[in-house]
Amino acid sequence: MTNGWIDIKNTDMMLIMGGNPAECHPCGFKWPIEAKVQRNAKMIVVDPRFTRTAANADLFLQIRPGTDIAFLGGLINYALAHGHIAHDYLVHYTNAAFIVQEGFKLPEDGLYSGFDSEHHGYDKSTWNYEQGGNLTHAGAAATTLTSPPPPAPPHAGGGRSASGNALPVDTHALTGLGYAAQGPSVAKTGGGATSSQRPTTPAILPPNVAYDLSLQHPRCVYQLLARQYSRYTPEIVERITGIPKDQFLKAAELFTSVRKDGDMKKAATIIYAVGWTQHSSGTQIIRTAAILQLLLGNIGRAGGGMNALRGHSNIQGATDLAGIFDILPGYLKMPAPDDVDIATYLKRSTPTSSKPAEWDSFNYWSNTPKFAVSFLKAMYGDAARKDNDWAFHYLPKIDRKYSWVEIWDSMYAGRVKGLMTFGMNGVQIGPNAKKNIDALKKADWLVVGELYPDETSEFWRAPGTTPEEMKAIQTTVYRLPCAGFAEKDGTFVNSARWLQWKNAALPPPGLARLDQDILAQIFLRIRDLYRKDGGVFPDPVLKVRWPYTQPDHPSLAEVAREISGQALADITDPSGLQIKAGQQLPGFAALKDDGTTLSGNWLYCGSWTEAGNQAARRNTDDPSGLGIYPQWAWSWPANRRVMYNRASCDLAGNPWDPDRRQVWWDEAAGRWVGNDVPDFKPDSKPADHMGPFIMNAEGVGRIFGPLAAFADGPFPEHYEPVESPILNPLHPQQSNNPVVKRFETPFDKYGEPSQGFTVVCTTYRLTEHYHYWTKNNPMNVQLVPEPFVEIPHDLANDLGVKGGDRVKVTSARASYIAKAMVTGRIKPMLIEGKKTYQIGIPIHWGYRGIAADAGRTARNGANLLTPTVVDPNAFTPEFKGFLVKLEKV
Amino acid sequence: MPAGTLQIKAISAHTGSIPGQGVQREEEVCKYIDVTTCIGCKACEVACVEWNDMPFQQTTFDNTYQTMPATAWNYWNLIKFNEHQREDGTMQWLMRKDQCMHCEDPGCLRACPADGAIVQYANGIVDFQQENCIGCQYCVSGCPFDIPKFNTKTKKVYKCTLCSDRVGQGLEPACIKSCPTGCLKFGTKTDMRAVADARAKQLREHSGFPNAGVYDPPSIGGTHVIYVLHDITKPELYGGLPANPRIPPTYTAWKRVAKPIALLLGLFAAPVAFFHYVTEGPKEPQPPVREVPR
Repeated sequence: MTNGWIDIKNTDMMLIMGGNPAECHPCGFKWPIEAKVQRNAKMIVVDPRFTRTAANADLFLQIRPGTDIAFLGGLINYALAHGHIAHDYLVHYTNAAFIVQEGFKLPEDGLYSGFDSEHHGYDKSTWNYEQGGNLTHAGAAATTLTSPPPPAPPHAGGGRSASGNALPVDTHALTGLGYAAQGPSVAKTGGGATSSQRPTTPAILPPNVAYDLSLQHPRCVYQLLARQYSRYTPEIVERITGIPKDQFLKAAELFTSVRKDGDMKKAATIIYAVGWTQHSSGTQIIRTAAILQLLLGNIGRAGGGMNALRGHSNIQGATDLAGIFDILPGYLKMPAPDDVDIATYLKRSTPTSSKPAEWDSFNYWSNTPKFAVSFLKAMYGDAARKDNDWAFHYLPKIDRKYSWVEIWDSMYAGRVKGLMTFGMNGVQIGPNAKKNIDALKKADWLVVGELYPDETSEFWRAPGTTPEEMKAIQTTVYRLPCAGFAEKDGTFVNSARWLQWKNAALPPPGLARLDQDILAQIFLRIRDLYRKDGGVFPDPVLKVRWPYTQPDHPSLAEVAREISGQALADITDPSGLQIKAGQQLPGFAALKDDGTTLSGNWLYCGSWTEAGNQAARRNTDDPSGLGIYPQWAWSWPANRRVMYNRASCDLAGNPWDPDRRQVWWDEAAGRWVGNDVPDFKPDSKPADHMGPFIMNAEGVGRIFGPLAAFADGPFPEHYEPVESPILNPLHPQQSNNPVVKRFETPFDKYGEPSQGFTVVCTTYRLTEHYHYWTKNNPMNVQLVPEPFVEIPHDLANDLGVKGGDRVKVTSARASYIAKAMVTGRIKPMLIEGKKTYQIGIPIHWGYRGIAADAGRTARNGANLLTPTVVDPNAFTPEFKGFLVKLEKV
Repeated sequence: MPAGTLQIKAISAHTGSIPGQGVQREEEVCKYIDVTTCIGCKACEVACVEWNDMPFQQTTFDNTYQTMPATAWNYWNLIKFNEHQREDGTMQWLMRKDQCMHCEDPGCLRACPADGAIVQYANGIVDFQQENCIGCQYCVSGCPFDIPKFNTKTKKVYKCTLCSDRVGQGLEPACIKSCPTGCLKFGTKTDMRAVADARAKQLREHSGFPNAGVYDPPSIGGTHVIYVLHDITKPELYGGLPANPRIPPTYTAWKRVAKPIALLLGLFAAPVAFFHYVTEGPKEPQPPVREVPR
């Protein structure tokens, strides 16, 4: 979340989409309710089903899974056409005015410039800004850099603008000035760049970006954005999403009404969860929403923001600590084979600022060397020295994608020989479960640390496995009883980025052990083996810093102190504070790149200071009344609760809404001050025009995501899910995301409507259950006793199915049997004029659990059905929106 | 379910004075349920089962998210889920927490012939005292909301106590404590009614529900559980909430007419008691019955 749970109470408008917080985050949902009851905030819910969240909405729209970009792109188009945008915010806090290189081509034929059809990837060199300074349109209003421009008059400009702050969109100029003319052909790139014309300059962002504050340059980001989404008309939105045009327009008018007539006081929030990430264009769905929020000036504002609701109690912590293969803790880049030394790695991973010369950019990632060296010191201690590149060579270098589905694919192919799983149910949580079960049969060994025997630790008992097959399985399985969450201390990091310390409620029962003890003892024994027997490259193991009082039982408090960071020598931080060797660091500003500090994760630096464990703070004072609670727990980064909060103020540093004052410029003090911790260089005067988005090299919000920011395009484009009932109405010849990989094992089949797979299926969770865990708890089982499939009335009538009848759902990969829940909460949809059915499957069951063990239910898991397809940016599987057929059993 | 610190206002089938009556002033309490902000999470169901230490039971899939068709002797708090298609084409998924309404004029208490089996406290809570219950089930038929439920094993009737044991100690009921959205609140009847009226007004004026209103039926003197409904004109949509709940006339007549006569017939009480002893056996110790399925 850019904001936080409690902050939702400050909102005037909510778009809840790609998430079902009433069911999946019921405790957090108190804040949307609070906004409704206390502020008369409006709630728009867009979902494939009428959920328990929809039951509380002011407006509900039923959408076809996987068409979110079409809907959100339609909202962008509507906001631009009706001038419901935040003009000053857009010009000064985003890259709307930046000019993009000649040769960049929009995907009107489904492909951006630079597509390499052989490798299914892009040469992104044209996805870049132009170098060149101020090209502000001569005829434009006198827009100066240091003072806010006058508000645009109503009905400004011509063309498509209707009212308010609409800016002219010069579509004629787009083609007149050498803008690439698009044809339907994939191979040709029209008048744009071809490979021979492509600039050969190295792919870095230009230091002095060309810009046009009038936003009229045909290649400025604003004009490209307008052109990109001019195709997303209400009619096309209806054809793709199935949302009738009048309903779409109602939602568009309601959501963008916060910026009607240029009013900047109101704030709208967008709330989402894995309903957006679990698609083959998941990252780009979120991008589309973020672009909309930048257009409306909602990022950085109390009651605004892009708010990702994280699925598990500590999934945010897992992500921050590099639970993903392509990052190191604190979102440092993972080294690659080309990083021959740390200098090369740091040059590649440390951005240089790229902005209009007259503007300022904090470019906070310029501190990457301090974060990286401090991380290496935390990893390798004294063995990390300047003369050995801070032990950089001990880190693994990744040569390819090692995402979840790739691990299982590699195991299936025999390349991954063993797997250790803790606190997860491997064969249940990933797509295409049959393939994963088969992969485990090929592994040499499997270690499962769990509370219950589960589908992974008993993969050989999967239904359909014959006794002969069981005998043939040679995998050695080690089942380690582990402590549950209430039996461990440590922190949970919630969606609001708060680190909250918890205490162990009781010791683990029986032989169960703490996860960290198991991992530590395995590590110590492996280290002993390396000491005794040597090895090809023992140093990365032998030289690991292991300073814990009890090496085989590391206290999580000690680990938390190490993650936060310590001084290794007497140092002085930038504010002049003296820090003695061995002391806890006050925050990441104190980190050094000379080996005098260590920090396991720079983002968490300051979470455990000399004043103690900040995550354990429980002070409930909230002086501002905004729900900031600055002394409750500790929030990364630097305990600030709303990120990018400089953007909550106008150019002069005054809050857009005087009633929701987060931070502001105090002229007398010469500093940014406020109720929250300013997310900004504290002494940067408004006149310096430093951008509020300090983590971007540009200093401004990225409407256009340049260069390698995204694998599949600098603007989001609607692509159909890999399994879709229709061809993409925008460009049927390029229906799916062109850079999405398809897997090739015999289990990796993909279904087509022509094969009879015509029903759209989505998967989800219920309030009453927690993943694959609570099927072992009688109370939860009492609440929802068995698996079911939600089916629209019409489809049930077509099949002669009544509520409670058993139905079989079949995808190209497998079948799933459960009882039918016939409901009016999923309606048939008209997609491209054709009646299309959607069904839904809650995921919580498998072949272990109270009901399954008692033989009261079919013993199968929903992910038997789902395809091995992942988003090319975040590698999240496409669990939502695949094709099935349905029959009565 | 003894709640010794609560003042008693009425006792079923009781003659003579009520112990401790009027000694202390006690505010009338009320449970507020805003159906329009309920998310059907069932935290209240779980809290009720756990606080009252009731045994789990096996449920079966019934084409609904609702846990079971109706409240049970060991399941006093049930959210009723109802899909409703509105005339304008939009739909509603109504979720109403069903439990004892704690009527100001309780049909169960009026119907009950067993002295002290049902008491009404001065704060409005209507509580069953199973040690005095004779299992006649008159309360079941006396209730306009179908709340009291008979346990065939213990031969007693059970229902929501409004957590009289917690309220007696100054705590809110378990369901209120567990509610994540704040759609459940607990306080004095006056305060809760004011909150409910304000919320209904907000729904009428700002949320497009012109018929929003508060369910606090006067036909039974009001209730100590009140609902804010999107449409007060159609309470039946919310899982059969009666628009005009009434105590069966047999039982209203019972107190006014038949009861004095019955008192005169009290001479016959001894043979009746003897007959009861013969048919039902001696009084046995009370449950809770533990039936945790394996």
